[in-house]
Amino acid sequence: MLSAGVVIPGFFVIGLAFIGIGVGLLITSRSIQVLELDYTGTETNSPCYKCTTPPVQNNCVCKLNFTIDTLFKGPVFFYYSLTNYFQSQRKYGASKDYNQLSGDLTYFKSPASDCDPYQYANGKPIVPCGSLANSMFNDTFKLYQIINGQEKLVPFDGKGIAWWTDYNIKYRNPDYSPLKNAFNDTVKPVFWSKAAYELDTSDATNNGFVNQDFLVWMRRAALPNFRKLYRRITEGDYKDGLPVGNYSLEISYNYPVISFDGTKKATFSNVSWMGGQNEFLGIAYLVIGSMCVVMSIVMLIVYAKFRFPDDD
Amino acid sequence: MNNRKEPYQRRKQREGGHLHLFTSNSFLSEEPEGNIFPSPSLLCCCHTGVKVKDGIWSFLLSQLEKKEKKQEEERLLRANDRGFNLSFQYANNAIRTSKYNIFTFLPLNLFEQFRRLANAYFLFLLILQMIPQVSSLSWFTTAVPLVLVLSITAAKDASDDINRHKCDKQVNNREVEVLIDGELKKEKWKDVQVGDIIKLENNEFVTADLLLLSSSEPLNLVYVETAELDGETNLKVKQALTVTGEMGDSTEALATFNGEVRCEPPNNCLDKFKGTLTVNGQAYSLDNDKVLLRGCVNASLSSFLTFWSYVIVLNTVVPISLYVSVEIIRLGNSFFIDWDRKMYYPKNDTCSSKNHHTLNEELGQIKYIFSDKTGTLTQNIMTFNKCSINGKAYGELCDFSGQRIEITEKTPRVDFSWNQLADPKFIFHDHSLVETVREGNPEVQSFFRLLALCHTVMPEEKKDGELFYQAQSPDEGALVTAARNFGFVFRSRTPETITIMEMGRKVVYELVAVLDFNNVRKRMSVIVRSPEGKTTLYCKGADTIIYERLHPSCRDLMKVTTDHLNMYAGDGLRTLVLASKDLDESYMQEWRKRHNEASTALDGREERLEELYEEIEKDMTLLGATAVEDKLQDGVPQTIEQLAKADIKIWVLTGDKQETAENIGYSCNMLREEMNDVFIVAANTAEGVREELRSARRKMCPDAAEQPSVSTSRSGLFWLKKTQTVQDEKVDGEYAMLINGHSLAFALEEDLELELLRTACMCQTVICCRVTPLQKAQVVQLVKKYKQAVTLAIGDGANDVSMIKAAHIGVGISGQEGMQAVLSSDFSFAQFRYLQRLLLVHGRWSYLRMCKFLRYFFYKNFTFTFVHFWYAFFCGFSAQTVYDEWFITLYNTVYTSLPVLALSLFDQDVNDRWSSQYPQLYAPGQQNLYFSKKAFMNLTAFSCYSSLVLYFVPWAAIHDTVRDDGKDIADYQSFALFAQTCLLIVVSIQMCLDTYHWTAVNNLFIWGSLATYFAVTFTMYSNGIFVIIPSAFPFVGTERNTLNLPNVWLTIILTSLLCILPVVAYRFIVMQIRPTINDKVRHRARKEPPPAPAPRRPARRVSTRRSGYAFAHSKGYGDLVTSQRFLMKRPVKSRVMLFSHITPAET
Repeated sequence: MLSAGVVIPGFFVIGLAFIGIGVGLLITSRSIQVLELDYTGTETNSPCYKCTTPPVQNNCVCKLNFTIDTLFKGPVFFYYSLTNYFQSQRKYGASKDYNQLSGDLTYFKSPASDCDPYQYANGKPIVPCGSLANSMFNDTFKLYQIINGQEKLVPFDGKGIAWWTDYNIKYRNPDYSPLKNAFNDTVKPVFWSKAAYELDTSDATNNGFVNQDFLVWMRRAALPNFRKLYRRITEGDYKDGLPVGNYSLEISYNYPVISFDGTKKATFSNVSWMGGQNEFLGIAYLVIGSMCVVMSIVMLIVYAKFRFPDDD
Repeated sequence: MNNRKEPYQRRKQREGGHLHLFTSNSFLSEEPEGNIFPSPSLLCCCHTGVKVKDGIWSFLLSQLEKKEKKQEEERLLRANDRGFNLSFQYANNAIRTSKYNIFTFLPLNLFEQFRRLANAYFLFLLILQMIPQVSSLSWFTTAVPLVLVLSITAAKDASDDINRHKCDKQVNNREVEVLIDGELKKEKWKDVQVGDIIKLENNEFVTADLLLLSSSEPLNLVYVETAELDGETNLKVKQALTVTGEMGDSTEALATFNGEVRCEPPNNCLDKFKGTLTVNGQAYSLDNDKVLLRGCVNASLSSFLTFWSYVIVLNTVVPISLYVSVEIIRLGNSFFIDWDRKMYYPKNDTCSSKNHHTLNEELGQIKYIFSDKTGTLTQNIMTFNKCSINGKAYGELCDFSGQRIEITEKTPRVDFSWNQLADPKFIFHDHSLVETVREGNPEVQSFFRLLALCHTVMPEEKKDGELFYQAQSPDEGALVTAARNFGFVFRSRTPETITIMEMGRKVVYELVAVLDFNNVRKRMSVIVRSPEGKTTLYCKGADTIIYERLHPSCRDLMKVTTDHLNMYAGDGLRTLVLASKDLDESYMQEWRKRHNEASTALDGREERLEELYEEIEKDMTLLGATAVEDKLQDGVPQTIEQLAKADIKIWVLTGDKQETAENIGYSCNMLREEMNDVFIVAANTAEGVREELRSARRKMCPDAAEQPSVSTSRSGLFWLKKTQTVQDEKVDGEYAMLINGHSLAFALEEDLELELLRTACMCQTVICCRVTPLQKAQVVQLVKKYKQAVTLAIGDGANDVSMIKAAHIGVGISGQEGMQAVLSSDFSFAQFRYLQRLLLVHGRWSYLRMCKFLRYFFYKNFTFTFVHFWYAFFCGFSAQTVYDEWFITLYNTVYTSLPVLALSLFDQDVNDRWSSQYPQLYAPGQQNLYFSKKAFMNLTAFSCYSSLVLYFVPWAAIHDTVRDDGKDIADYQSFALFAQTCLLIVVSIQMCLDTYHWTAVNNLFIWGSLATYFAVTFTMYSNGIFVIIPSAFPFVGTERNTLNLPNVWLTIILTSLLCILPVVAYRFIVMQIRPTINDKVRHRARKEPPPAPAPRRPARRVSTRRSGYAFAHSKGYGDLVTSQRFLMKRPVKSRVMLFSHITPAET
């Protein structure tokens, strides 16, 4: 099986193929535009510094100004990123009740014990229960393009940012109308300012467990530094992307990250066929491909020198 | 796994078998309770064991076992006095080999099973998994297989125990005639008491130790078969004391017999017995000659923990599927052995079979083979093969050009139908000899006349013309039978006469004297007077001895005969030279007178007789030479040669005498003339043995240190077991060692055993002769203890049972000697030569497969587990699993179990032909290269590398990226699916890389498992199943959102190749630079057709070394019959007298 006639050409061919794919991947990746804006507010010159220094004010709003030099091709995706945030922690990740989240009213009354310590509050069941839901990200963003000193709202599309299966299969609201009644005798998660059924006041269907932002949050990240989709920019004047110009990102700063040395970022990115920007894959393909070619030459030399099969 | 010989450990039996009848004593001195008898199944097979050949009366001395353990100085018992004997509370005679009864079965069996570490470990895991805080997996993943394993084992144990109960019942209820209150009553063996007098009939078994009182035979003799003690199938003669013998068959006399026996308590010494019998105030000493001792074995099979179980216990990543898989692989591989047509022996319809749950991978690691001789290497058939008469060789067939023709089964045989008394079983191929003898050639006739006269064989003519010979040695029987077929039929004998039929004419010779055989004389003569009144001395003996005593006129004939002898020796035949001498009547008269005087002399009797013999046995005329073949089993020399090439050392342990053993050593190529030296250790003192061993060692290896280098290391579970290893020492040249049982007894003492081991291990060949079953086991244990090598013992008789059980692997030859060896062995087959296939093919494959299995298994599980370790840094060390819980459950049981099973059942590096052709392929197994510490480190390092790739490549590829629709992909569920898919693909490709031998099953399992993975994944992540139980299948939709992305697949390809390509490159380069023997053979096997099996017959050689004169070992019956008194008192009734008496002086 490991004869010279298979191994040496095999390595060579694989090497060449890898180099080809690597080049393609790298070019693709380089064509993707990414813009990251840190708004943690730890530095004094940061506009959000005021929101992190006492006295802590509710509904602190800070504005980040930035400039786009070349056309940011659409569709543009707007993400928020958190670092040093262990959504991958086992207990944290398990702290939810799938039955409750799929709309089973039985579990509205007695949430799963996994949700502890966010199972009951004041003797009433928490819906949605558990740490994961409780810690839902609650900063909100508004993007303005500044045209001649005037702020022009860039329309955000918040629909369809969650997985289709999460929205249609996995998470279900109880079959109640109005939805609010299903939540009778329950309390909202302790860190939430609004109950689940009133997350989106502008769209009645985007509430409860199928609220898009909630769904995105509930799909917990595998790694401690992660990025979650917040909105898409697909409409109106911005259908083809963000034109050159000055922009202002208005952040309603609610989510504390300083306590665990985390950072918060707002990220604009577009995508290609291979998804978001990722240089690693292209480089890895190039390196491995080259190594395969080198190995095939090394093996050729070894084979020429020793020629084991013939010396016996 | 560590208790494969467990059923035997508890009952440290004496598998020596049933004892001799009349002997006394049970030897198991150390066992506190329970009973001994041979392995239970052994009791069921009734055609073996010590058998009584004649009806006898005997006196039960002691039962099998004592009930309570107290220091017993002496045993005292009285015949016909149950009350007296009962007061000593000797144990009763019932045997119990079963372990359980209905009520104790469940608790005891479970207890036994949980003593196995693997079971206990999994029980512990199960308990852990039931604690919700600790467990990350459901408890039934461990419980279901564990319960399955436990119940299968319990069922097997139960059926074994039911068989034991049946056997015990059968043995205990066997009936025997016991003399109670003056009447013979049928009693069950279990109810027989110490001190009872019992009557045994011909061919009965004996289930207690007995003292012989009297016999229906003349001279109070009894013939017993002792095959279970020393492997010799010829009958042994034992004799009762005169004082008891006088009672004869009289029930009244026996009923009033009130003898008291005082004897030593049960011990395990085979060759000594001390006791006295007191009858009517007169004490008679009972020694070993009067009483037969039965063999026993007290083989303490040290319970060992195998490496595998150690691995199992120490590794927390080991799942129960490993345990189950290992069992399946063993089972599978042993079925392959069972089914092997090439190990099937059509002659007696025996195929190879496997008895116990063995570690058959150990078959691929054998370093030492301990083999029995008789019945294993040899067929225990002596045939008169060739002879040289008056300078002419007979027995060989030549074609026209004078080339020797090989004799096969198809070669036409000589027709002996002209001789009505001929033995139909006798086979001879050379017609010229018959023609010559029928022509009346005087030399040929006197040659056969000698064979018919000069021996101590006893004839038995039950029906007219149906002759049976009872010979003390089979060689002698073969010679007399040859003479019989060639027209010189030994018919009967009395003390004074020998009657033979000479070419149909009855001739009665007067037997003047028998000049008996002994070890110094190495010859035997008879002086007979023919009816014509001619007195002749006939002598047969070892060539060197006879040659010195020949008349000078025979010189020319001697030369020719010597050539023939050399040829015979080269063929491994046992030779004897025959000579005769006509005696002058007057000289004879005078010699007889002196002979009478000498034999009655009080001092110097031996010497004076010796002188007389010397005097008369000279100036003899050479008649010729005989060659008797101790028939080897088919293919023995070739097998031994191949095994030797595989660097397996073969030690022969035989109960036979030294000469026979040596002869067989030569004929099966274990001893060769080219060897630098063959040491013979036969000293009679400990010091002498030490000196002989030392000098042999110094000769072989002058530079070696005086003290052996013993390296002590620890192994086993938690390194608790201390092991001592004596290192192998390099020796230039080839040496061999022969040691007899007597010296071996000294050499096996604690202070000499290392000396013995060192010297023996330097030798190419070691032959131990005259060894007891116990010594056989001790030798095996010595090697096991200090060499840490895997040992195999092969034998066919009950006397081999001990060593078969002592060795790691026991192989039984299912031959003529009964079933004990087979029943206690791990493997059994009909022919020694199958050992080659068993070891070099099946053993090697099994080892290879088991190692491959373990390496692969650990690789896949280490890789699997290490990924969790890397992920720990990214999940806050929270024990978050990387993979889906379902995947974890199914990984070992469904996704990867079948391919690795297929690999470890069917894989072979080269096929069977190549395997047997190149025994060198076996060597890596002996050094355990395929699963050594180094190999284990390598695989751990490689797993580590693989896990790094498997974690960090997917990590780097998706940690900051998103799907092509901008949605999340770096979420936990996607990452889990991603990582597990990579893992499974990588281990599957690795499996393909490790598979040498592709079968349809391999393909089916590998690709089937991958397909199953995707099918199961898609099902479990589907909407339908989520809706049914939302909390069990939270991964809904993950596969649809992840596996449709090109960059995910690109990453999977990258990961797989990054794991696999370095292995390919490494293996390729290593194979080029340093190819192993396997690589070379495999390369050849690809190019060439498989080699044809090697031809059977070895080339002929001529040897100057001759061996094995065909006499019995002991002095024979001479002494027994010198006592005229017996003859007087018990006149022969229906039978012909057994022995001649040669010294009428005592009358």
